[in-house]
Amino acid sequence: MSRLERKLSAREFVVTAELPVIDGGGQAEIERQLEPMRPFVDAFNATDNPSAHAHCSPLAVAIGLLQAGVEPVMQLVCRDRNRLALEADLMGAAIHGIENICCLTGDDVSAGDEPEARRVFDLDGPQLIALARGLQGGHYLSGRRIEPAPHFLVGAVENPGTPPYEYRVRRAAMKAAAGARFLQLQICFRPVLLERFMRVAHDTGVSERLALIPSICILRTAGGMRFVAHHVPGIDVPRDTVARVENAPDAETECFEIAYELASHALAQPGVAGLHFISFRKDAGIAKLCTRLGIPPRIERETNGYSASVAV
Amino acid sequence: MSIAGLVARAEHAVKGPVWGCQMCGQCVLHSTGLTCPMNCPKTLRNGPCGGVRADGHCEVKPEMRCVWLKAYERSERLPVWRGHIEHLRPPVDNQLKGSSAWLNLISGRDRQVPGGWVAGPDVTP
Repeated sequence: MSRLERKLSAREFVVTAELPVIDGGGQAEIERQLEPMRPFVDAFNATDNPSAHAHCSPLAVAIGLLQAGVEPVMQLVCRDRNRLALEADLMGAAIHGIENICCLTGDDVSAGDEPEARRVFDLDGPQLIALARGLQGGHYLSGRRIEPAPHFLVGAVENPGTPPYEYRVRRAAMKAAAGARFLQLQICFRPVLLERFMRVAHDTGVSERLALIPSICILRTAGGMRFVAHHVPGIDVPRDTVARVENAPDAETECFEIAYELASHALAQPGVAGLHFISFRKDAGIAKLCTRLGIPPRIERETNGYSASVAV
Repeated sequence: MSIAGLVARAEHAVKGPVWGCQMCGQCVLHSTGLTCPMNCPKTLRNGPCGGVRADGHCEVKPEMRCVWLKAYERSERLPVWRGHIEHLRPPVDNQLKGSSAWLNLISGRDRQVPGGWVAGPDVTP
């Protein structure tokens, strides 16, 4: 059983983080990228061609994370693989001991730098969750037996910040029914929307059925903020937030303050199981933010215990 | 042309103009508020992706309203099949593309799923 599964089952607070994309540099590059945040993070996401830009494959990076002595969460998107390839990558992950899987539909090819590519979408996100659960049940999609069956902690994502808002929690419930046990929520720059999602999830019991992990993104420049606002599908950055960074004497400090405010707000929501951090540069931003939020390093949390309510 | 081919042409003549039918051969219109999910550029069968724009338009085709937003609104207004939109629909059977969903409904072929498909503990088929 993975650390993430053990902690989520015990309802312990978890910290996950996105490993920046890898484009070469060998195992040393993976280790260099994860080093600054290593003390705080329970599991690192190995992303799957984010924003439809090609990088090292999530399976290869997840194996590298294991070799570096940390726990991976392997993302899989439906955009680039048909069901046979998805099953092959899941089974490939299993033989290496990669258990944490995050199933996504995926940004469209038109969001990336190779928009002429064929989009696959043979399955959709909820179907991929059910597929992974089926493998875990000891059979391929065809019904062919797998012995021994692999073990996974299957998760997914949901976007609280994009329409249809009132339906997003029902979609989370659909993913829970399909077999998801955690959801890493998309970055949301509008606290009111995250609040609404978390409240409805709490009131309808959805946050009891799967662990909800809001994402916090640490940006550094007004340009970066504008890029996210205009080019990352499904993330809406309010004009005021962009202006706040543009007019600040030091953009990096202001971006950090915004991330801190959003993270504090997220921690105060009912049913929050942990936080997922995304920082696009290899630096100590995530460690610094955890410290400011009062989230102790992993070993300390495991020794002394920690609950999010203490921090707020 | 075979009978099946004629039926498929007749079906497309009706469902094409009305619903933008793509002839997937396994119609789920009843569970999607009579909105064809195959018009989603990602052909998603189980709800909207996370890329929907703040104005409710499609990530891929900014000029088009998200197919699944329309599906939700319409399914709420339908007097029948309430709640069917919440069901987990199985992966598309690509062997059925171009065939008549009407005939596949009658024969039950459209309800055949792969032997290893699990729909989930609290999802009714």
